[in-house]
Amino acid sequence: MTGETKMVSIYIMGKQYEVPRGVTIMKAMEFAGYRFIRGCGCRGGFCGACGTVYRTPGNFRLKVGLACATMVEEGMHLTQIPFYPANRAAYDLQALKPTLGTLLQHYPEVTRCLGCNQCTRICPQGLSVMDYIAAAQRGDIEKTAHQSFDCIMCGLCASRCPAEIVQYNVGILARRLYARHLVPPAQHLAKRVEEIKAGKFDDELNRLMRMDKEELQKLYDARDIEQ
Amino acid sequence: MYTPEMLGLIKTVEQTRERRLKESFPRLTAEEKANILRSYHPDYMEGSMRPVRVGPNAGEKMPHAHVDLLESRSMVDVDGLSLDTIDYDVDVLVIGGGGAGTAAALLAAEGGADVLLATKLRHGDANTMMAEGGIQAADKENDSPAIHYLDAMGGGGFTNIPELVRALVTDAPLCIQWLESLGCMFSKDPDGTMNSIHGGGTSRKRMHFAHDYTGAEIMRTLRDEARNRGIKVVEFSPAVELLTDDHGQCAGAVLYNLETGQYQVVRAKTVIIATGGSGRLHINDSPTTNHYGATADGLVIAYRAGARLIFLDATQFHPTGVAFPEQIVGQLVTEKVRGLGAQLVNIDGEQFIYPLETRDAVSSAIIRECRERRKGISVPSGYGVWLDSPMIEIIHGKGTIEKELPAMFRQYIRFGINMAEMPIIVYPTLHYQNGGVLINENAESEVPNLYVAGEASGGVHGRNRLMGNSLLDIIVFGRRAGKNAAEKAKTVKLGKLTLDHTKRFNEELKKQGLGQRVAPILLPDYRGKISG
Ligand SMILES: Cc1cc2nc3c(=O)[nH]c(=O)nc-3n(C[C@H](O)[C@H](O)[C@H](O)COP(=O)(O)OP(=O)(O)OC[C@H]3O[C@@H](n4cnc5c(N)ncnc54)[C@H](O)[C@@H]3O)c2cc1C
Ligand code: SF4
Ligand code: SF4
Ligand code: FES
Repeated sequence: MTGETKMVSIYIMGKQYEVPRGVTIMKAMEFAGYRFIRGCGCRGGFCGACGTVYRTPGNFRLKVGLACATMVEEGMHLTQIPFYPANRAAYDLQALKPTLGTLLQHYPEVTRCLGCNQCTRICPQGLSVMDYIAAAQRGDIEKTAHQSFDCIMCGLCASRCPAEIVQYNVGILARRLYARHLVPPAQHLAKRVEEIKAGKFDDELNRLMRMDKEELQKLYDARDIEQ
Repeated sequence: MYTPEMLGLIKTVEQTRERRLKESFPRLTAEEKANILRSYHPDYMEGSMRPVRVGPNAGEKMPHAHVDLLESRSMVDVDGLSLDTIDYDVDVLVIGGGGAGTAAALLAAEGGADVLLATKLRHGDANTMMAEGGIQAADKENDSPAIHYLDAMGGGGFTNIPELVRALVTDAPLCIQWLESLGCMFSKDPDGTMNSIHGGGTSRKRMHFAHDYTGAEIMRTLRDEARNRGIKVVEFSPAVELLTDDHGQCAGAVLYNLETGQYQVVRAKTVIIATGGSGRLHINDSPTTNHYGATADGLVIAYRAGARLIFLDATQFHPTGVAFPEQIVGQLVTEKVRGLGAQLVNIDGEQFIYPLETRDAVSSAIIRECRERRKGISVPSGYGVWLDSPMIEIIHGKGTIEKELPAMFRQYIRFGINMAEMPIIVYPTLHYQNGGVLINENAESEVPNLYVAGEASGGVHGRNRLMGNSLLDIIVFGRRAGKNAAEKAKTVKLGKLTLDHTKRFNEELKKQGLGQRVAPILLPDYRGKISG
């Protein structure tokens, strides 16, 4: 922070602190003297460790966000939420079929979705969570996979779902089913693996490995670069 | 949101864009590259390193932050801790729940071993989760493991250990196929062909990706699979010391429960360290892209047990870290942004470096542009240069950024900056530990029964890693470590558990008048500060 830092007043689990304006909740809590053990991971919106519930003055609504990506606001009351215990099915992916039956067998509760849209409203990634659950309900695995792709598994949607659906676990099952069983395997990859197993590149690699730095440098400088 | 001054400067970027779309900036010659590194790369900065005075690497220079840790004493009271009560008794102990550790655990379990995975934060809270850009593998018709080998060696300044690079490039397609079979959702054409682009220093488009959530997609897939296979995981329990037995082989570890403060003893026939990197040490006071737990713990405990380290004097700064807005300074702007065509330009709208040089060279060029040529853009944390992201939309069509770079787009739009319409400001940020514990191609360290994989290991990338070779390395060597550790465990006979190596290390520290600090530090301390 440079120059004069303006401060705001926030309440962390009921206690009042003065923290610099314009910083994330995570940094504000550290500034206030907290040292995270839980509730902090990537610090950049990728890991879903830092779900936080807060309320702002004059608004009855409970808001939720990632502590590492949400700015503090004057008068905010906040608390971190622990990671929610949630149902997770175990499965042998290789043996599964990419069907509606598989989804429902592992997560029967998706049929109970009330369409209340709480999940979508709360998702810090801005995903249409209700829509991907609706797609799962119809057995549209491809759509569920794509629409849930950016999910960071923070668990916030599940924390609010009146039907007790664990959306992010449904999402990952759909993605793995889709990528494993619905998308064709890469042919070029399979071919290269065979070639490697047959030892096709061994001689060339051995030759390179015996070269000294100067020889390698020459080859390196002369290599053509794909446009 | 940009300041009015910045908005004014953006006009210059826009005015020069037309010209730059046609212009191609020349690549550095080998000599120019050597010069620019020597003059501007932080590794060569006067006073940034000192020799470590104890242990297997005594006399070798490393950044102060690393030396501080290596010259610290154990947090465990070696005489007070009873090793008679064993909390976990397993074949293979995996330390670290990132990509390397989880891949290792899966392969070790597949090899029939009883596996325990102990990790500091949650399973998957790791640098792997944050990797965006991609993973390399030479699997296209115009490419080969040999070309990949040459690119990796050149990127590493020809200091890489050849056997490790051979393992890396030959296992690469196999590992991608393994991930594919686990249902990892790579970006593909409808016929299954994997999408691929360039990364800095690649001569073929061999970077595969899953939009810009590549690491997250790999990590959550591996973690999900580990859960399906019922692999035992203990979270919030970092290893703080290795255990040896009376034959001097590695024999387990002491875990520390972060919440209760209690120690737990794990006896294991083989141990795999996969604790990742050290960005949170903030070398040279640099901001970092790394996750909260990246504090070099694995290096510290392996070093005390007698493992040799390599290339710790080579630190990777990612050329494009966020320089503005202040709230996310240091976070990554993935190389994929340049891979898709965005150019780096100075305050006058001029290019000053070929966008896909290796990272060390691009970082040095940005530092030169700002420090010496004074053509940087002033920001609260110092300065930065433009990364002209809207070019991507011009080259590849409107909507490309939101489609191909959703994480990046989200990172900026949260702060009112639409990178599809406006360039962003970047500056080098501490990113990757090029070196680590020296391993061989079986992922073995020099300590019997101790394996190391991933960012905690060193040698494969030489002094500079190419983008996409790290996600690859964690799978290649994670798998090798897991497989070999499980195999080895079948024949290991353990003797009496000891902390003798720690005792000896403490004594050596004392003799040198060192050991005032305690390490590993486990978590950085930002109390009362606005940083990190
Ligand atoms: C923002 C970012 C973007 C990146 N992008 C790319 C990319 O596009 N392509 C690429 O190839 N590479 C990329 N990298 C590099 C790559 O992601 C990492 O180098 C790699 O994932 C490291 O994997 P790992 O398993 O070795 O370590 P990590 O994934 O960091 O895992 C280490 C684990 O060990 C745990 N741990 C630490 N200390 C202890 C302890 N004492 N006891 C127990 N557990 C401990 C940690 O909590 C963590 O779970 C990127 C890195 C970052 C930070
Ligand atoms: S879908 Fe649910 S778990 Fe996933 S990011 Fe959104 S709120 Fe979090
Ligand atoms: S919160 Fe639950 S019930 Fe409501 S729409 Fe979402 S999934 Fe359905
Ligand atoms: S700390 Fe990872 S999402 Fe906030």
